[in-house]
Amino acid sequence: MTTHDNIATGWTRDQMAARAAQELRDGYYVNLGIGIPTLVANHVPAGMTVTLQSENGMLGIGPFPTEDEIDPDLINAGKQTISQLPHSAYFDSAQSFAMIRGGKIDLTVLGGMEVSETGDIANWMVPGKMIKGMGGAMDLVAGVKKIIVVMEHCAKDGSAKFVPQCTLPLTGRNVVDMVITDLAVFKREDHNSPFRLIELAPGVTADEVKAKTTARYVT
Amino acid sequence: MAQKIYPDAASALDGLLQDGLLIACGGFGLCGIPERLLDAVRDSGVKDLTFASNNAGIDNEGIGKLLRTRQVKKMIASYVGENKEFERQYLSGELEVEFCPQGTLAERMRAGGAGIPGFYTKTGVGTLVAEGKETKVFGGQEYILEEGIFADLALVKAWKADTTGNVVFRKTARNFNVPAATCGKVCVVEVEEIVQPGELDPDAIHLPGVYVHRLINGSPYDKKIEFRTTRTEDAG
Repeated sequence: MTTHDNIATGWTRDQMAARAAQELRDGYYVNLGIGIPTLVANHVPAGMTVTLQSENGMLGIGPFPTEDEIDPDLINAGKQTISQLPHSAYFDSAQSFAMIRGGKIDLTVLGGMEVSETGDIANWMVPGKMIKGMGGAMDLVAGVKKIIVVMEHCAKDGSAKFVPQCTLPLTGRNVVDMVITDLAVFKREDHNSPFRLIELAPGVTADEVKAKTTARYVT
Repeated sequence: MAQKIYPDAASALDGLLQDGLLIACGGFGLCGIPERLLDAVRDSGVKDLTFASNNAGIDNEGIGKLLRTRQVKKMIASYVGENKEFERQYLSGELEVEFCPQGTLAERMRAGGAGIPGFYTKTGVGTLVAEGKETKVFGGQEYILEEGIFADLALVKAWKADTTGNVVFRKTARNFNVPAATCGKVCVVEVEEIVQPGELDPDAIHLPGVYVHRLINGSPYDKKIEFRTTRTEDAG
Protein backbone atom coordinates (compact mmCIF):
# COMPACT_ATOMS: atom_id res chain seq x y z
CA MET A 1 0.00 0.00 0.00
CA THR A 2 1.25 3.45 -0.80
CA THR A 3 0.85 6.25 1.68
CA HIS A 4 -1.13 8.19 -0.89
CA ASP A 5 -4.29 6.15 -0.46
CA ASN A 6 -7.29 8.36 0.29
CA ILE A 7 -5.18 11.49 0.16
CA ALA A 8 -6.64 14.36 -1.81
CA THR A 9 -4.24 14.34 -4.74
CA GLY A 10 -5.20 14.13 -8.37
CA TRP A 11 -8.10 15.62 -10.27
CA THR A 12 -11.67 15.99 -9.07
CA ARG A 13 -14.52 14.89 -11.33
CA ASP A 14 -14.89 18.44 -12.58
CA GLN A 15 -11.15 18.76 -13.23
CA MET A 16 -11.19 15.50 -15.20
CA ALA A 17 -13.99 16.98 -17.30
CA ALA A 18 -11.97 20.18 -17.76
CA ARG A 19 -9.00 18.11 -18.94
CA ALA A 20 -11.19 16.31 -21.45
CA ALA A 21 -12.43 19.70 -22.67
CA GLN A 22 -8.85 20.56 -23.69
CA GLU A 23 -9.29 18.02 -26.49
CA LEU A 24 -12.15 20.04 -28.03
CA ARG A 25 -11.46 21.95 -31.25
CA ASP A 26 -13.40 24.76 -32.89
CA GLY A 27 -16.18 23.40 -35.07
CA TYR A 28 -16.27 19.94 -33.49
CA TYR A 29 -19.47 17.92 -33.28
CA VAL A 30 -19.34 16.11 -29.94
CA ASN A 31 -21.37 13.51 -28.07
CA LEU A 32 -21.01 13.47 -24.29
CA GLY A 33 -21.92 10.45 -22.19
CA ILE A 34 -23.74 10.48 -18.88
CA GLY A 35 -21.94 11.34 -15.60
CA ILE A 36 -18.52 13.06 -15.63
CA PRO A 37 -18.59 13.42 -19.44
CA THR A 38 -21.68 15.65 -19.19
CA LEU A 39 -19.59 18.13 -17.16
CA VAL A 40 -17.30 18.66 -20.18
CA ALA A 41 -19.99 20.99 -21.58
CA ASN A 42 -19.23 23.45 -18.75
CA HIS A 43 -15.59 23.76 -19.87
CA VAL A 44 -15.83 24.58 -23.57
CA PRO A 45 -13.09 27.22 -24.05
CA ALA A 46 -14.35 30.77 -24.63
CA GLY A 47 -14.64 31.71 -28.30
CA MET A 48 -14.83 28.09 -29.42
CA THR A 49 -17.95 26.74 -31.12
CA VAL A 50 -18.66 23.14 -30.27
CA THR A 51 -21.97 21.53 -31.28
CA LEU A 52 -23.21 18.86 -28.89
CA GLN A 53 -25.11 15.87 -30.27
CA SER A 54 -27.76 14.06 -28.26
CA GLU A 55 -28.35 10.55 -29.62
CA ASN A 56 -32.10 10.76 -29.07
CA GLY A 57 -32.17 13.13 -32.02
CA MET A 58 -30.67 16.58 -31.65
CA LEU A 59 -27.66 18.64 -32.64
CA GLY A 60 -27.02 21.82 -30.70
CA ILE A 61 -27.91 21.00 -27.10
CA GLY A 62 -28.57 24.16 -25.09
CA PRO A 63 -28.28 24.63 -21.32
CA PHE A 64 -30.85 23.31 -18.86
CA PRO A 65 -34.08 25.30 -19.28
CA THR A 66 -35.41 27.84 -16.83
CA GLU A 67 -38.53 26.74 -14.97
CA ASP A 68 -40.64 28.59 -17.55
CA GLU A 69 -38.91 27.01 -20.53
CA ILE A 70 -39.32 23.34 -19.49
CA ASP A 71 -40.64 21.27 -22.39
CA PRO A 72 -41.38 17.53 -22.01
CA ASP A 73 -40.69 17.13 -25.75
CA LEU A 74 -37.12 18.39 -25.31
CA ILE A 75 -34.79 16.07 -23.44
CA ASN A 76 -31.22 14.79 -23.72
CA ALA A 77 -30.10 11.16 -23.87
CA GLY A 78 -30.02 11.09 -20.06
CA LYS A 79 -33.74 12.00 -20.18
CA GLN A 80 -33.08 15.37 -18.54
CA THR A 81 -34.94 18.45 -19.74
CA ILE A 82 -32.74 20.74 -21.87
CA SER A 83 -33.14 23.77 -24.15
CA GLN A 84 -32.48 24.47 -27.82
CA LEU A 85 -30.12 26.95 -29.47
CA PRO A 86 -30.59 29.07 -32.60
CA HIS A 87 -28.63 26.53 -34.67
CA SER A 88 -30.22 23.38 -33.19
CA ALA A 89 -31.56 20.65 -35.45
CA TYR A 90 -33.84 17.71 -34.66
CA PHE A 91 -33.96 14.32 -36.39
CA ASP A 92 -35.06 10.75 -35.77
CA SER A 93 -33.06 7.98 -34.10
CA ALA A 94 -32.07 6.27 -37.36
CA GLN A 95 -30.65 9.56 -38.68
CA SER A 96 -28.97 10.19 -35.32
CA PHE A 97 -27.07 6.92 -35.43
CA ALA A 98 -26.39 7.24 -39.13
CA MET A 99 -24.29 10.31 -38.30
CA ILE A 100 -22.65 8.47 -35.37
CA ARG A 101 -21.95 5.22 -37.24
CA GLY A 102 -21.08 7.15 -40.37
CA GLY A 103 -18.15 8.90 -38.70
CA LYS A 104 -19.59 12.42 -38.77
CA ILE A 105 -19.17 13.01 -35.04
CA ASP A 106 -15.65 14.19 -34.17
CA LEU A 107 -15.38 13.24 -30.54
CA THR A 108 -17.16 11.36 -27.79
CA VAL A 109 -16.38 11.39 -24.09
CA LEU A 110 -17.62 8.34 -22.21
CA GLY A 111 -17.40 6.84 -18.75
CA GLY A 112 -15.74 3.44 -18.31
CA MET A 113 -15.63 0.49 -15.95
CA GLU A 114 -12.48 -0.94 -17.57
CA VAL A 115 -10.18 0.00 -20.45
CA SER A 116 -7.58 -2.44 -21.77
CA GLU A 117 -4.05 -1.67 -22.93
CA THR A 118 -5.20 -2.41 -26.51
CA GLY A 119 -8.06 0.08 -26.34
CA ASP A 120 -10.95 -2.22 -25.52
CA ILE A 121 -13.64 -0.66 -23.35
CA ALA A 122 -16.18 -2.23 -20.99
CA ASN A 123 -18.84 0.09 -19.62
CA TRP A 124 -22.27 -1.50 -19.93
CA MET A 125 -22.61 -4.73 -18.02
CA VAL A 126 -21.51 -6.48 -14.84
CA PRO A 127 -22.41 -10.19 -15.03
CA GLY A 128 -24.61 -11.30 -12.16
CA LYS A 129 -25.96 -7.81 -11.61
CA MET A 130 -29.04 -6.26 -13.18
CA ILE A 131 -28.36 -5.56 -16.85
CA LYS A 132 -29.78 -2.25 -17.99
CA GLY A 133 -28.52 -2.38 -21.55
CA MET A 134 -25.85 -0.69 -23.63
CA GLY A 135 -28.00 2.16 -24.91
CA GLY A 136 -26.01 3.95 -27.60
CA ALA A 137 -22.53 3.24 -26.18
CA MET A 138 -21.61 0.45 -28.62
CA ASP A 139 -22.64 2.58 -31.59
CA LEU A 140 -20.66 5.55 -30.31
CA VAL A 141 -17.41 3.66 -29.77
CA ALA A 142 -17.80 1.95 -33.16
CA GLY A 143 -18.47 5.10 -35.14
CA VAL A 144 -17.12 8.30 -33.58
CA LYS A 145 -13.74 9.53 -34.84
CA LYS A 146 -12.09 9.99 -31.44
CA ILE A 147 -13.00 8.17 -28.23
CA ILE A 148 -12.01 9.58 -24.84
CA VAL A 149 -12.77 7.60 -21.70
CA VAL A 150 -12.97 9.49 -18.42
CA MET A 151 -12.96 7.29 -15.33
CA GLU A 152 -11.59 6.92 -11.80
CA HIS A 153 -8.14 5.36 -11.95
CA CYS A 154 -9.07 2.62 -9.49
CA ALA A 155 -12.30 0.84 -8.62
CA LYS A 156 -13.81 1.27 -5.15
CA ASP A 157 -11.94 -1.83 -3.94
CA GLY A 158 -8.67 -0.27 -5.12
CA SER A 159 -8.21 -2.52 -8.15
CA ALA A 160 -6.93 -1.10 -11.41
CA LYS A 161 -9.39 -0.12 -14.14
CA PHE A 162 -6.77 0.38 -16.86
CA VAL A 163 -5.88 -3.27 -17.33
CA PRO A 164 -4.09 -5.70 -19.69
CA GLN A 165 -7.41 -7.24 -20.73
CA CYS A 166 -10.96 -6.34 -19.75
CA THR A 167 -12.66 -8.87 -17.50
CA LEU A 168 -16.13 -7.39 -18.04
CA PRO A 169 -18.14 -7.84 -21.27
CA LEU A 170 -16.88 -5.38 -23.89
CA THR A 171 -18.64 -2.35 -25.31
CA GLY A 172 -16.09 -2.13 -28.10
CA ARG A 173 -12.78 -3.68 -29.17
CA ASN A 174 -9.70 -1.58 -29.91
CA VAL A 175 -11.59 1.71 -30.02
CA VAL A 176 -10.26 3.97 -27.22
CA ASP A 177 -7.88 6.81 -28.13
CA MET A 178 -7.39 8.49 -24.77
CA VAL A 179 -7.94 7.68 -21.11
CA ILE A 180 -8.31 10.45 -18.54
CA THR A 181 -8.39 9.37 -14.90
CA ASP A 182 -8.20 11.28 -11.64
CA LEU A 183 -4.43 10.57 -11.65
CA ALA A 184 -3.19 10.74 -15.24
CA VAL A 185 -3.77 10.98 -18.97
CA PHE A 186 -2.90 8.20 -21.42
CA LYS A 187 -3.03 8.64 -25.17
CA ARG A 188 -2.18 6.64 -28.26
CA GLU A 189 -1.52 7.93 -31.76
CA ASP A 190 -3.38 5.15 -33.58
CA HIS A 191 -5.05 1.84 -32.89
CA ASN A 192 -1.84 -0.15 -33.43
CA SER A 193 0.25 1.87 -30.98
CA PRO A 194 0.53 1.43 -27.20
CA PHE A 195 -0.88 4.01 -24.84
CA ARG A 196 1.59 6.60 -23.62
CA LEU A 197 1.45 8.31 -20.23
CA ILE A 198 1.40 11.96 -21.28
CA GLU A 199 0.32 13.82 -18.18
CA LEU A 200 0.12 13.50 -14.40
CA ALA A 201 -2.47 15.18 -12.20
CA PRO A 202 -1.08 17.64 -9.64
CA GLY A 203 0.60 15.87 -6.72
CA VAL A 204 0.65 12.52 -8.51
CA THR A 205 3.92 10.77 -9.38
CA ALA A 206 4.68 8.44 -12.27
CA ASP A 207 5.54 5.74 -9.75
CA GLU A 208 2.17 6.05 -8.10
CA VAL A 209 0.43 5.70 -11.48
CA LYS A 210 2.57 2.68 -12.27
CA ALA A 211 1.69 1.08 -8.94
CA LYS A 212 -2.01 1.54 -9.56
CA THR A 213 -2.07 0.43 -13.20
CA THR A 214 -1.87 -3.12 -14.52
CA ALA A 215 -2.06 -2.17 -18.21
CA ARG A 216 1.23 -1.85 -20.05
CA TYR A 217 1.94 1.64 -21.37
CA VAL A 218 4.93 3.60 -22.51
CA THR A 219 6.26 6.80 -20.97
CA MET B 1 -59.27 8.40 -50.23
CA ALA B 2 -59.76 5.76 -47.58
CA GLN B 3 -60.66 7.20 -44.22
CA LYS B 4 -57.69 7.05 -41.81
CA ILE B 5 -59.14 8.89 -38.86
CA TYR B 6 -60.63 6.94 -35.97
CA PRO B 7 -62.49 8.36 -32.96
CA ASP B 8 -60.27 6.78 -30.31
CA ALA B 9 -57.39 4.36 -29.68
CA ALA B 10 -59.59 1.28 -29.18
CA SER B 11 -61.37 1.74 -32.50
CA ALA B 12 -58.10 2.50 -34.28
CA LEU B 13 -56.72 -0.86 -33.11
CA ASP B 14 -59.91 -2.78 -33.86
CA GLY B 15 -59.14 -5.93 -35.84
CA LEU B 16 -55.36 -5.45 -35.55
CA LEU B 17 -54.64 -7.04 -32.19
CA GLN B 18 -53.99 -10.67 -31.39
CA ASP B 19 -51.74 -12.68 -29.08
CA GLY B 20 -48.09 -13.03 -30.07
CA LEU B 21 -47.73 -9.89 -32.20
CA LEU B 22 -44.41 -8.15 -32.83
CA ILE B 23 -45.05 -4.47 -32.16
CA ALA B 24 -42.60 -1.68 -33.00
CA CYS B 25 -43.11 1.24 -30.66
CA GLY B 26 -41.77 4.80 -30.80
CA GLY B 27 -40.46 6.87 -27.90
CA PHE B 28 -37.28 7.56 -25.96
CA GLY B 29 -37.80 7.21 -22.23
CA LEU B 30 -41.21 8.79 -21.72
CA CYS B 31 -40.66 11.31 -24.53
CA GLY B 32 -42.84 10.66 -27.57
CA ILE B 33 -44.43 7.41 -26.38
CA PRO B 34 -47.82 6.44 -27.87
CA GLU B 35 -49.57 6.37 -24.52
CA ARG B 36 -53.18 6.26 -25.73
CA LEU B 37 -52.45 3.33 -28.03
CA LEU B 38 -50.47 1.45 -25.37
CA ASP B 39 -53.38 1.91 -22.95
CA ALA B 40 -55.74 0.47 -25.55
CA VAL B 41 -53.43 -2.53 -26.15
CA ARG B 42 -53.43 -3.15 -22.41
CA ASP B 43 -57.22 -2.88 -22.20
CA SER B 44 -57.63 -5.34 -25.10
CA GLY B 45 -56.00 -8.06 -23.01
CA VAL B 46 -53.83 -9.49 -25.84
CA LYS B 47 -50.75 -11.26 -24.53
CA ASP B 48 -47.42 -12.86 -25.45
CA LEU B 49 -46.45 -9.65 -27.22
CA THR B 50 -42.95 -8.84 -28.40
CA PHE B 51 -42.06 -5.15 -28.31
CA ALA B 52 -39.26 -3.61 -30.33
CA SER B 53 -38.78 -0.33 -28.48
CA ASN B 54 -35.73 1.58 -27.28
CA ASN B 55 -36.94 1.40 -23.66
CA ALA B 56 -39.57 -0.49 -21.70
CA GLY B 57 -41.19 2.53 -20.05
CA ILE B 58 -40.90 3.06 -16.32
CA ASP B 59 -42.83 1.31 -13.58
CA ASN B 60 -46.31 2.36 -14.53
CA GLU B 61 -45.80 4.37 -17.69
CA GLY B 62 -45.59 3.36 -21.33
CA ILE B 63 -44.80 -0.31 -21.96
CA GLY B 64 -44.34 -0.57 -18.18
CA LYS B 65 -48.13 -0.73 -17.92
CA LEU B 66 -48.23 -3.84 -20.12
CA LEU B 67 -45.40 -5.44 -18.15
CA ARG B 68 -47.46 -5.02 -15.03
CA THR B 69 -50.37 -6.92 -16.63
CA ARG B 70 -47.98 -9.65 -17.96
CA GLN B 71 -48.89 -9.05 -21.58
CA VAL B 72 -45.29 -8.83 -22.79
CA LYS B 73 -43.32 -11.99 -23.60
CA LYS B 74 -40.21 -10.38 -25.04
CA MET B 75 -38.51 -6.98 -25.28
CA ILE B 76 -36.06 -5.95 -27.99
CA ALA B 77 -34.52 -2.83 -26.43
CA SER B 78 -31.27 -0.95 -25.88
CA TYR B 79 -31.82 0.34 -22.35
CA VAL B 80 -34.27 -0.79 -19.68
CA GLY B 81 -33.18 0.95 -16.47
CA GLU B 82 -35.48 2.69 -14.01
CA ASN B 83 -38.13 -0.03 -14.13
CA LYS B 84 -38.54 -2.32 -11.10
CA GLU B 85 -41.26 -4.57 -12.51
CA PHE B 86 -39.16 -5.12 -15.61
CA GLU B 87 -36.20 -6.03 -13.41
CA ARG B 88 -38.28 -8.50 -11.38
CA GLN B 89 -39.70 -10.27 -14.43
CA TYR B 90 -36.36 -10.32 -16.19
CA LEU B 91 -34.44 -11.74 -13.24
CA SER B 92 -37.13 -14.39 -12.61
CA GLY B 93 -37.01 -15.47 -16.26
CA GLU B 94 -40.64 -14.50 -16.98
CA LEU B 95 -39.60 -11.93 -19.56
CA GLU B 96 -37.26 -12.55 -22.47
CA VAL B 97 -34.95 -9.66 -23.37
CA GLU B 98 -32.87 -9.11 -26.49
CA PHE B 99 -30.46 -6.25 -25.90
CA CYS B 100 -29.75 -4.40 -29.09
CA PRO B 101 -27.43 -1.37 -29.44
CA GLN B 102 -29.54 1.75 -29.83
CA GLY B 103 -28.31 2.65 -33.30
CA THR B 104 -28.57 -0.94 -34.48
CA LEU B 105 -32.16 -1.06 -33.22
CA ALA B 106 -33.04 2.15 -35.06
CA GLU B 107 -31.39 0.88 -38.23
CA ARG B 108 -33.07 -2.55 -37.95
CA MET B 109 -36.42 -0.74 -37.93
CA ARG B 110 -35.42 1.60 -40.74
CA ALA B 111 -34.12 -1.32 -42.80
CA GLY B 112 -37.28 -3.36 -42.22
CA GLY B 113 -39.36 -0.40 -43.33
CA ALA B 114 -37.20 0.05 -46.41
CA GLY B 115 -37.47 -3.59 -47.49
CA ILE B 116 -33.91 -4.46 -46.44
CA PRO B 117 -33.79 -7.79 -44.57
CA GLY B 118 -30.23 -7.41 -43.28
CA PHE B 119 -27.25 -5.09 -43.15
CA TYR B 120 -23.66 -5.13 -41.93
CA THR B 121 -22.52 -2.85 -39.11
CA LYS B 122 -19.35 -2.45 -37.07
CA THR B 123 -21.38 -1.70 -33.94
CA GLY B 124 -20.92 -4.55 -31.47
CA VAL B 125 -18.00 -6.28 -33.21
CA GLY B 126 -16.03 -8.22 -30.61
CA THR B 127 -18.82 -8.00 -28.01
CA LEU B 128 -21.65 -10.23 -26.76
CA VAL B 129 -23.88 -8.62 -29.38
CA ALA B 130 -21.84 -10.30 -32.14
CA GLU B 131 -22.27 -13.82 -30.75
CA GLY B 132 -23.91 -16.15 -33.23
CA LYS B 133 -24.00 -13.51 -35.96
CA GLU B 134 -22.45 -13.80 -39.37
CA THR B 135 -19.43 -11.57 -39.91
CA LYS B 136 -17.86 -10.18 -43.03
CA VAL B 137 -14.74 -8.15 -43.72
CA PHE B 138 -15.04 -5.03 -45.87
CA GLY B 139 -11.90 -3.00 -46.53
CA GLY B 140 -9.99 -4.84 -43.84
CA GLN B 141 -12.56 -4.14 -41.14
CA GLU B 142 -14.92 -6.65 -39.58
CA TYR B 143 -18.70 -6.12 -39.61
CA ILE B 144 -21.61 -8.13 -38.22
CA LEU B 145 -24.86 -8.97 -39.96
CA GLU B 146 -27.97 -7.54 -38.32
CA GLU B 147 -31.51 -8.26 -39.45
CA GLY B 148 -34.21 -5.78 -40.34
CA ILE B 149 -37.30 -5.69 -38.16
CA PHE B 150 -40.59 -6.40 -39.91
CA ALA B 151 -43.22 -5.68 -37.28
CA ASP B 152 -46.87 -6.72 -37.38
CA LEU B 153 -47.90 -3.38 -35.98
CA ALA B 154 -46.27 0.01 -35.35
CA LEU B 155 -47.46 2.33 -32.59
CA VAL B 156 -46.41 5.94 -32.96
CA LYS B 157 -46.88 9.29 -31.22
CA ALA B 158 -46.55 12.49 -33.27
CA TRP B 159 -47.40 16.16 -32.92
CA LYS B 160 -49.65 16.97 -35.87
CA ALA B 161 -51.08 15.11 -38.84
CA ASP B 162 -53.27 16.14 -41.71
CA THR B 163 -56.31 14.04 -42.51
CA THR B 164 -54.35 12.10 -45.17
CA GLY B 165 -51.78 10.95 -42.60
CA ASN B 166 -48.86 13.27 -43.34
CA VAL B 167 -47.16 13.67 -39.98
CA VAL B 168 -44.86 16.10 -38.18
CA PHE B 169 -43.12 15.56 -34.87
CA ARG B 170 -41.99 18.02 -32.26
CA LYS B 171 -38.39 18.42 -31.01
CA THR B 172 -36.81 15.28 -29.50
CA ALA B 173 -40.18 13.49 -29.36
CA ARG B 174 -39.46 12.32 -32.92
CA ASN B 175 -36.77 9.79 -31.88
CA PHE B 176 -37.76 6.17 -32.65
CA ASN B 177 -41.20 7.12 -33.92
CA VAL B 178 -40.11 7.49 -37.55
CA PRO B 179 -38.20 4.20 -37.93
CA ALA B 180 -40.87 2.35 -35.89
CA ALA B 181 -43.64 3.74 -38.09
CA THR B 182 -42.00 2.57 -41.29
CA CYS B 183 -41.34 -1.04 -40.18
CA GLY B 184 -44.93 -1.92 -39.26
CA LYS B 185 -47.22 -3.82 -41.63
CA VAL B 186 -49.86 -1.54 -40.18
CA CYS B 187 -48.98 1.76 -38.54
CA VAL B 188 -51.31 3.50 -36.10
CA VAL B 189 -50.44 7.05 -35.10
CA GLU B 190 -51.76 9.20 -32.27
CA VAL B 191 -51.32 12.95 -32.56
CA GLU B 192 -52.07 16.10 -30.61
CA GLU B 193 -53.85 17.80 -33.47
CA ILE B 194 -55.35 16.78 -36.82
CA VAL B 195 -55.43 19.50 -39.48
CA GLN B 196 -56.72 19.82 -43.03
CA PRO B 197 -54.51 19.04 -46.06
CA GLY B 198 -52.55 22.14 -46.97
CA GLU B 199 -52.09 23.29 -43.40
CA LEU B 200 -48.79 21.41 -43.05
CA ASP B 201 -45.86 22.55 -45.19
CA PRO B 202 -45.25 19.73 -47.74
CA ASP B 203 -41.53 20.53 -47.52
CA ALA B 204 -41.54 19.88 -43.78
CA ILE B 205 -43.32 16.52 -43.47
CA HIS B 206 -41.32 14.14 -41.26
CA LEU B 207 -43.37 11.01 -42.03
CA PRO B 208 -45.30 10.94 -45.33
CA GLY B 209 -48.85 9.63 -45.20
CA VAL B 210 -48.00 6.49 -47.18
CA TYR B 211 -46.63 5.01 -43.94
CA VAL B 212 -49.66 5.92 -41.83
CA HIS B 213 -52.74 3.68 -41.93
CA ARG B 214 -54.79 4.81 -38.95
CA LEU B 215 -54.83 8.03 -37.01
CA ILE B 216 -56.34 9.36 -33.79
CA ASN B 217 -56.29 12.65 -31.98
CA GLY B 218 -55.20 11.61 -28.48
CA SER B 219 -55.21 15.03 -26.86
CA PRO B 220 -55.21 16.42 -24.27
CA TYR B 221 -51.80 15.10 -23.19
CA ASP B 222 -50.25 15.42 -19.78
CA LYS B 223 -46.66 14.70 -20.82
CA LYS B 224 -44.49 13.15 -18.14
CA ILE B 225 -40.89 14.20 -17.47
CA GLU B 226 -38.40 11.66 -16.15
CA PHE B 227 -35.70 14.03 -14.91
CA ARG B 228 -36.70 17.65 -14.45
CA THR B 229 -33.50 19.69 -14.67
CA THR B 230 -33.46 23.49 -14.68
CA ARG B 231 -31.15 26.45 -14.37
CA THR B 232 -31.88 29.73 -12.65
CA GLU B 233 -32.34 32.68 -14.99
CA ASP B 234 -29.07 34.43 -14.17
CA ALA B 235 -26.88 31.32 -14.25
CA GLY B 236 -27.39 31.08 -18.06
